[in-house]
Amino acid sequence: MLLNQFLFLGAFLFCTGIYGALSRKNAVLVLMSIELILNAVNINLVAFGAFRDSPVGQVFALFVIAIAAAEVGVGLAIVLIIYRNRRSIDLTQVDAMKG
Amino acid sequence: MVAQNIAFGLTALGMAIGAVRVVTTKNVVHAALWLVLVLGGVAVNYILLAAEFIAVVQVLVYIGAIVVLFLFGIMLTRAPIGHDPDLDNDQRWAGVVVGLLMFGVLASVLAKQFGRVHVDTSHVQRTADVANSVFTTYVVPFEVVSVVLLAALVGAVVIARRD
Repeated sequence: MLLNQFLFLGAFLFCTGIYGALSRKNAVLVLMSIELILNAVNINLVAFGAFRDSPVGQVFALFVIAIAAAEVGVGLAIVLIIYRNRRSIDLTQVDAMKG
Repeated sequence: MVAQNIAFGLTALGMAIGAVRVVTTKNVVHAALWLVLVLGGVAVNYILLAAEFIAVVQVLVYIGAIVVLFLFGIMLTRAPIGHDPDLDNDQRWAGVVVGLLMFGVLASVLAKQFGRVHVDTSHVQRTADVANSVFTTYVVPFEVVSVVLLAALVGAVVIARRD
């Protein structure tokens, strides 16, 4: 198989995730878009690992999966506390630091 | 090799449709369910790349744990279950432009650099090799990741606690 087919798939997932993170205003949906981005990175890591015939790509993909689990846990806790304080998770209304 | 390419094409098509639906659907729960399709497709890709351990971890951690967390988050924030037209902000077209530009740049660079490079999946990276690598060269990052997970667990409990 071509290496590029995996890299193109990863690039497509990455750009879709960027679009979602920029254009959604529901905080949970923004977190889902970030998951898309992290998965794109993982596909690239494993593809290059297979290409170089080395297990290191899989090791780093494991680390990324662990960090993603931690990120989702803390992110959803933050979303919950935003909801509890403002009764909404509309990110366009969370603008207390806007100049 | 042909069978692998057909499998890749089908999963890539499903993943592309699923990813676009995740970022465009008007229903929050449907977005989480389309995300399951994308994550499952990623696991299939790992199998195609002969990385079976990562594929199993992907199914366990992402589909098993993270999607359930997302569904809990949707439930606890009482998002309207069903059609909700008000999910996108007013930066949609800027997002489309940024996404397409990014994909154009990435695709041109990848096509130039890795045009006809083949990946040889006949030699499988065994789980034992991955484990050897984790517990010798990368044992310090591995321990650090466990501390990070613990800190994230405690942090999530502290942040979300009602006091």
